[in-house]
Amino acid sequence: MEQNNYKASDYKNDQSVRWCPGCGDHAILNTLHKAMAELGVAPHKTAVISGIGCSSRLPYYMNTYGFHTIHGRAAAIATGFKVANPEMTVWQISGDGDGLAIGGNHFIHAVRRNIDINMLLFNNKIYGLTKGQYSPTSARGFVSKSSPYGTTEDPFIPAELVFGARGNFFARSIDVELNTSVEVMVAAARHKGASVVEILQNCVIFNNGIHNPITDREVRADKTIHLRHGEKMIFGKDNNRGLVRDGFLLKAVTIGEDGYTIDDVLVHDAHCTSNFLHQQLAMMDGDTLPLAVGIIRDVEAVTYDEGVSRQVEEVRARKGFDNLREMILAGETWTVE
Amino acid sequence: MLEKTNVKVLDKVVVRFSGDSGDGMQLAGNIFTNVSAGIGNQVSTFPDYPAEIRAPQGSLSGVSGFQVSVGTGVHTPGDQCDVLIAMNPAALKQNVRFLKPGGVIIVDIDSFKEADLKKALFTTDEPFKELGITAQVVEVPVTSMTKAALADSGLDNKSILKCRNIFALGLVCWLFDRPVESAKRHLAKKFAKKPAVFEANSLVLDAGYNYGHNIHASVSTYRIETEDPRPGVYTDINGNTATAWGLIMASEKCGRPLFLGSYPITPATDILHELAKRKDLGVKACQMEDEIAGVCSAIGASFAGNLAVTSTSGPGLALKSEGIGLAVIAELPLVVIDVQRGGPSTGLPTKTEQTDLMQALYGRNGESPVAVVAPASPTDCFTMAFEACRIAVEHMTPVILLSDAFIGNGSSAWRIPDADEYPAIKTPDVPADMRDGSWRPYMRDSETLARYWAVPGTEGCAHRLGGLEKDAATGAISTDPANHEKMVMTRRRKIANIANDIPALEVLGNPDADTLIIGWGGTYGHLHTAADELCAAGRPVAFAHFRYINPLPANTGEVISRYKRVIVAELNTGMFADYLQAKFPGIEIKRINKIQGQPFLVSELVDGVIKLMDK
Repeated sequence: MEQNNYKASDYKNDQSVRWCPGCGDHAILNTLHKAMAELGVAPHKTAVISGIGCSSRLPYYMNTYGFHTIHGRAAAIATGFKVANPEMTVWQISGDGDGLAIGGNHFIHAVRRNIDINMLLFNNKIYGLTKGQYSPTSARGFVSKSSPYGTTEDPFIPAELVFGARGNFFARSIDVELNTSVEVMVAAARHKGASVVEILQNCVIFNNGIHNPITDREVRADKTIHLRHGEKMIFGKDNNRGLVRDGFLLKAVTIGEDGYTIDDVLVHDAHCTSNFLHQQLAMMDGDTLPLAVGIIRDVEAVTYDEGVSRQVEEVRARKGFDNLREMILAGETWTVE
Repeated sequence: MLEKTNVKVLDKVVVRFSGDSGDGMQLAGNIFTNVSAGIGNQVSTFPDYPAEIRAPQGSLSGVSGFQVSVGTGVHTPGDQCDVLIAMNPAALKQNVRFLKPGGVIIVDIDSFKEADLKKALFTTDEPFKELGITAQVVEVPVTSMTKAALADSGLDNKSILKCRNIFALGLVCWLFDRPVESAKRHLAKKFAKKPAVFEANSLVLDAGYNYGHNIHASVSTYRIETEDPRPGVYTDINGNTATAWGLIMASEKCGRPLFLGSYPITPATDILHELAKRKDLGVKACQMEDEIAGVCSAIGASFAGNLAVTSTSGPGLALKSEGIGLAVIAELPLVVIDVQRGGPSTGLPTKTEQTDLMQALYGRNGESPVAVVAPASPTDCFTMAFEACRIAVEHMTPVILLSDAFIGNGSSAWRIPDADEYPAIKTPDVPADMRDGSWRPYMRDSETLARYWAVPGTEGCAHRLGGLEKDAATGAISTDPANHEKMVMTRRRKIANIANDIPALEVLGNPDADTLIIGWGGTYGHLHTAADELCAAGRPVAFAHFRYINPLPANTGEVISRYKRVIVAELNTGMFADYLQAKFPGIEIKRINKIQGQPFLVSELVDGVIKLMDK
């Protein structure tokens, strides 16, 4: 289908990347280049728009159109951009502070409107560029420079905001899982409408290892589940664990134990209109239930930009004015000879 | 048929409709305005309504007014009215101060019961005496006559009472010899989807007109002259609509689609309303989640290649400051419309002021110059909105358009321009021979210093912009000290250079006088009339009005240094005077200021100028 003439390097420019050595952003940047090559959209038909923060430096390392804007406003700027120029494929890059604190309002409204942009949310649960303050995704009690005795507030769970805003696409990956990141980025771009990809990203300087309890190589297979549409929800290093229904809730079981068979294990339906199960899957946190990565929800709906363009066409065709003067003359006027 | 024996010939007349904010005074006033314009009058209106949508009925805070001047030589809605319609005691109390000596008051006497008087805080049962009214008062039983007219209509009492305003309109139509048929056409349009309501209003309109006819003997009537305006097709327009249409004209003239990102705010919202309707001309008007998203979506649209605009009032401009700064450093065209209202904070949302001048000029972090322009009248909003777009696009800069509540809501007759009356707007496209990868985002036109505008989607022009300072040559991030200073000075010179691309300052009134009156923006009508009156009264003055605020017209210093006495009159504590003083420290600037949320009165300008002249 796609014109796969582009290589990952076609999306990369010659600027030297200035993130700290070992920062998770390096891996995400590389996977984004790969995902773009797989999509095959030309660099000049692609725009990358970001806010402020470490992750928001990303557009400077792209060979596409790019705009590094102001703190929190990337979603609003990307919305105007996409409505004005719907032919472009638009990516929006934000961190957890930029996207969910100062930019929280724009984030939920972009999702609600279903503007066709691909929002990559780099979640490292810390403010890195300002050197280590807690963020809206930091756990209660988290100790940081601005919370020396621990925070006294509960965090946002990004997926919960997305579902609260009636989002139609949510996926998750981990910075070090390159293949999963490419997979979800490509799906996000192919999805028409607002797509949110949360990437668990490691800040090597200010919050090193924050995701380790889930993402460490030794535990990752048991602490995470890779959801794939149409496939059984199976996980674990021996591939023998599965998710089953437990009343209205979910339960992790071992296949072959306690009377559970493979037939009891749920099949993932990312396209189901109801978000009831998607939300439960997205809220699993790696504690009693494994953290879900992959495409959790992917449902088609009319996009905002399409809605605007279509309405403009309809009204134009109906009224048939060629220009301003014609429109004014069709109203109430009088002539002075 | 009774003869109209008592006709008073006036070249213009001012009518003020006032009532409870739910009484439909704005509708009655608007129809009267449109009917007058339709028979060739010049019109100028001043809606004066409360911030509360529905304050307690009959209370002083709930009074809504609509003043209109019709006739010839109309530049303002008038300081005082010839006829005041007061639908209840509160309206009378609040508005009697606007009545001219010798004017006429028409009241709905049915609404002057004891309870009504109490709500309006009258302490006696003689309201006219209590207010010291000596003018002619016409007591009309508007409510009961309206009820009687609709006794057989089958409408419920509440719906019947809603027609009272139209009874008053009918009466005023008779008073000023306006064609009732024309008023009916406006009603038919207004109530197109509610035939029963139209029928009822139509009956009541006739009843009001006939009532006026019947009490002919007790009211003097006026005939309003019409003058010969420039030939052409005219329509009635208010400033906010004119602003919206000026933007559309600019979009047609630069060949870029028009995008509006906005958020509702009084008194600017009508611009959003009008542009939302103008999807029929391809306008993409987006109501965003907040003021910041309004400006930011417009910045995104500008980066994407559209002619991008955001509209707001003072508090919204404050929220947009950071975004405007981004457009300054990214050097993207952006038009920001501020329909000024009384401040600070929420202030006086429905009232007019010129107090956002300093915010427009300086209200951003860093060295952040933008162009600022200000329309002089409702119809000038069209021209200056066009100019704001032209400057933004040709000079690649944000431009702030400082309109205000007075001209935004006020209306007048407007000759619809031919398309060729406005120049083509030249978009600074990346030259074709640079689209091979050699183009860099901060390369500039040597004359204007504007950088080029590459439309995303164009091959060979992919580039990155951002809020971080950039290297002048390569466009890469740069913290180099000398480069930063160079970029700051370049952005500053770019704005200063706009002075070569705007009209010179004109001098009106008597250019040879030794006193110069200066104004800017929406006070033009009042200042112009005041200058004419002063000249006619043997106190010659020159008058210069600024519509281009930053940069100032190139001849500004030369003009103002010609005069012995320079007076700046403005609706703030002296912001433009301070601005001029800073630029021309050698000139002594005198001031006339008013900060009451109301436009100037011509009389107070005349008095103020004479006082300063005689000092």
